[in-house]
Amino acid sequence: MNLITALARLLIFPGLLFAIPAAWFFLWVERKSVAMMQGRIGPPFMQPFFDFIKLLGKTTPSRPGIAGLLMRLWPLLAVSAAAGAVGLLPVLPSSGGFEGDLILLLALLELPSMCIIAAGFSSRSIFGEIGSAREAVLSVSYNVVFLLAIISIAASQHTFRLEALAHLPASPMQILGVIAILVCLPAKLHINPFSLPNAEQEIYSGPMTEYAGPELAMWDLSHGLEWVAATGLVATLAAPHLTVWWLAALVFVAISFGVVLLLSAVAAATARLQIDTTVRFYWQCTLIFAVLAISSALFMRFRS
Amino acid sequence: MNLWNKLMCYSRRRSPWLFHMNGGSCNGCDIELIASLTPRYDAEQLGVRLEGSPRHADILCITGPITHNAVNAIKTVYGQVCGPKAVVAIGSCPATTNVFIDSRTIDGPLDKHIPVDIFVPGCPPRPDAIIQGVAKAAEILAERAAKKLPVAPVVMPLVGPGCNGACACSSSCKNEQTASEVQL
Repeated sequence: MNLITALARLLIFPGLLFAIPAAWFFLWVERKSVAMMQGRIGPPFMQPFFDFIKLLGKTTPSRPGIAGLLMRLWPLLAVSAAAGAVGLLPVLPSSGGFEGDLILLLALLELPSMCIIAAGFSSRSIFGEIGSAREAVLSVSYNVVFLLAIISIAASQHTFRLEALAHLPASPMQILGVIAILVCLPAKLHINPFSLPNAEQEIYSGPMTEYAGPELAMWDLSHGLEWVAATGLVATLAAPHLTVWWLAALVFVAISFGVVLLLSAVAAATARLQIDTTVRFYWQCTLIFAVLAISSALFMRFRS
Repeated sequence: MNLWNKLMCYSRRRSPWLFHMNGGSCNGCDIELIASLTPRYDAEQLGVRLEGSPRHADILCITGPITHNAVNAIKTVYGQVCGPKAVVAIGSCPATTNVFIDSRTIDGPLDKHIPVDIFVPGCPPRPDAIIQGVAKAAEILAERAAKKLPVAPVVMPLVGPGCNGACACSSSCKNEQTASEVQL
């Protein structure tokens, strides 16, 4: 992958130019489907766009010193990490990629939640600090399962290259892994039943409490881009291999859309769990399956 | 007005985020504000979102006759809302202190302490009246931010039998329909 292709992927497709409208679309789908499940009509189609523009036009309180600088820095870092993660997704069949880009994708997907933790603590708000502490605990819980699931898929297919993983025929290990990733996604995207860090009615907006205006717009955008990247990762692993490029892109978008609908349905149907219940859920219930998956993947690898 | 300003003005009208604050209310108006977000009235169609933090909000919704304890809190929260912002006084209490008038625990009405843009009368006002008031407040906010001109406060019309005829409503709502004429 040379520099021009890399830049084109980061900035045009599937990078920023595609990913930002897609992020707004997914945010709208999330709100709209929750509204429809509650028997409401819900927000209009352009709502996330209007919210974004409006937030850009709001003033921010002046924050002097290094803390203010950091508070402006974290949302930008989160947006660029999430956009980079989207840019790595192999949407088009012959999109290139390099050995180990799955590891880079996982790192970039993890960076926004690191930024959220740092943002909450640098805002010095008590609600922000509680939210950040919860985010940290949540991150330690779901990431073990999430990473073990992805490692088991990669180990069973003998590669850490996204495109190769997308092209290999589906194995039972891959299906198991995708299910495990789906279980982790609500925690990764902070939606019900694992909406602990930004638990409104409880700790206001968690780490985002002190953020206003353009900074908040960037957080919303990074959340939308995280949706695109996370559902895109599931689509990459679950989509069948197709050689026609437009069909491949269509299947990719359709699977992402299906995952968004599924997660929104789960979010609308459940209430927020307590932090200890969440930790117990990931460490006691799902970790067993993740360990089983990775041990069988390693076993298969040694046998082959 | 160029294209960007037009888009900004339109977005501000279409995306009012609320922060709700209770200034000693009896909880009647607060319930009606929440009811305006429920499936029956569904204010989210207008882009309304109830936010947890005043930093995120555009419109400050205040209920209650403003007790002495609430004054400083209201001033602080008003300062925390980032501009451009608007204030909606929900119910008759923040407008006139209602039945609590002349009480020694009350330091109302609300416009003594912070500038108010919209008064939604009623005791309590109906959810549709609140939604109408919030939409009008978003309009005022967008207009004021675009033209940088002060806009006079607006008293919304009384919607339906919005008054339970308890008290000062008949003289305070500036509405021709008095409480005694309302068929309950």
